[in-house]
Amino acid sequence: MAELRTETMTVNMGPQHPSTHGVLRLVLELDGEVVQSASPTIGYLHTGIEKTAEQKKWQQVIPLVERMDYLAAQSNSLAYALTVEKLLGLEMPQRVKDIRVLIAELQRLSSHLIWLGTHSMEIGAVSMLFYAIRERELLMNINELLAGFRFFPSYIRIGGLREDLPRGFHEAVNAFLDRFPKKLDEYEGLLTKNDIFLRRTEGVGVISQEDALAWGLLGPIARAAGSDYDVRKYFPYIGYETYDFNVPTATEGDVFARYRVRMQEMRESVRISRQAIKRITPSGVWACDDPRVVPPPKDKVYTEMEALIQHFLIYSQGFTVPAGDAYVPVEGPRGEHGTYIVSDGTNRPWRVKMRAPSFMAIQALPKLVQGGLIADVVAVIGSNDVVMGDCDR
Amino acid sequence: MDAPAIIDALSPLVSGAAYEAGASVDFATIYVPADRLVATCTSLRDTPSLGFNVLVEVTAADYLPRDPRFEVVYHLLSVPHRLRLRLKVRVGEGRSVPTVQGVWPSAGWLEREVWDMFGIIFDGHPDLRRLLMPEDWEGHPQRKDYPVQIRKTTQTYEPLEVSEEAFKANLERDRVKRAH
Repeated sequence: MAELRTETMTVNMGPQHPSTHGVLRLVLELDGEVVQSASPTIGYLHTGIEKTAEQKKWQQVIPLVERMDYLAAQSNSLAYALTVEKLLGLEMPQRVKDIRVLIAELQRLSSHLIWLGTHSMEIGAVSMLFYAIRERELLMNINELLAGFRFFPSYIRIGGLREDLPRGFHEAVNAFLDRFPKKLDEYEGLLTKNDIFLRRTEGVGVISQEDALAWGLLGPIARAAGSDYDVRKYFPYIGYETYDFNVPTATEGDVFARYRVRMQEMRESVRISRQAIKRITPSGVWACDDPRVVPPPKDKVYTEMEALIQHFLIYSQGFTVPAGDAYVPVEGPRGEHGTYIVSDGTNRPWRVKMRAPSFMAIQALPKLVQGGLIADVVAVIGSNDVVMGDCDR
Repeated sequence: MDAPAIIDALSPLVSGAAYEAGASVDFATIYVPADRLVATCTSLRDTPSLGFNVLVEVTAADYLPRDPRFEVVYHLLSVPHRLRLRLKVRVGEGRSVPTVQGVWPSAGWLEREVWDMFGIIFDGHPDLRRLLMPEDWEGHPQRKDYPVQIRKTTQTYEPLEVSEEAFKANLERDRVKRAH
């Protein structure tokens, strides 16, 4: 018999591909159905946000950074606000910290719901997307209540929050928290023991704990491989040390382990949110009392000369931040979300750099898909939960 | 562990390196000379009492009128010791920094982004190409002397035209190839 002549085939996946979560392009080298190598190309969503931020005043950067990771907007702005507050040396009142915890956890739920919907849709469970979007709609409504904007509320500001909580906030959050755990059980009923889902996810895209850490995949990916690293536990911020919650981990490091970790994380987020909403009073203090950063209340602006001047200063030239640099990480839905900021002592940042978890996840993608089947590439991209806006910035 | 303690632990391990503690408001900052960077990073990773097993990020800042102009910033994390550390390397215009990809594989794209945005060369990097900007882009956008708003003429490409003969010949070639 004549010897079979084989050669590899190069397939271009994306940038216009529904499962690439934005515009990611993968050049795959295939031997039959097996992926020999993969090389990602990114940058299609690069909008120069870091360069633009250098031209804005400190407070004006908040809406900009929220547009980086558009599914976890308030995780970006929280990291940014905490870093600037670190440079300013501001300490927030307890109520502001609790509201920020609640917002961060609701944001995690909202982002994980999109991950769950799209990831399971891509590997066959199409109806999951509709259920996930249905619950996320309630979270979007809460955002709308908070700030009048569903996607990018810009509610977290340097120095506290934009304004006090609206009426009906507690009712909306409690209604969601009562409804959500039952829905989560339904999702798990649809997927966790589903034979097709298991076959698509178990043993696929495996990464070891050492590799996950060496590739910088801090977050759910490392936790699914056995690491217990979670910024909320290791370097607590905004009072996470006072909340009672667990960090879910798994040891297999495959797509299914990442699924289980994120599902457990949602339950823990509900737990934290319940504790937070109990601590938050319906009305009270919503910003720190530093007159450099926080504008004076309106009744004082109309009656006192000093308050009027302060108001004018803050809204015309902004405030200055002491020279220096700082890096503050938060545990975003996709992993460690940090901001590195350099200030030169003026009213605009000198350098703003976001540490993007999606960037690291896409860098490690070839390692995860090599040797697997081409159909599994889609499952791995989904389980890495990448957002190209976050990756390209 | 503050910066002097880390410098004390490092100095016997890396010969001839002059470290310098930097000012910081969050965690320890150390200035490292570029020629001792890789040895320093290897020691930081492999010494059990330090154990910096994660490279969180690499970035740079351009302090334009100052000389040397750039600072490359490395954020390290030690998961076993719950410790963070910032390394800084001063780089002048046209000078280079050794790559730390051999120590942490995650440095690959991070250094490529710094090259793309600042034009800082990483010696020994196997694949130092543009990452976020298009391949044929001129200049490095994050430099302070790079304009914020620029206008570029629209580039259009001729549509690909294949004659009927060329198309058929291509099909035939493909068929012959598959027949083997």
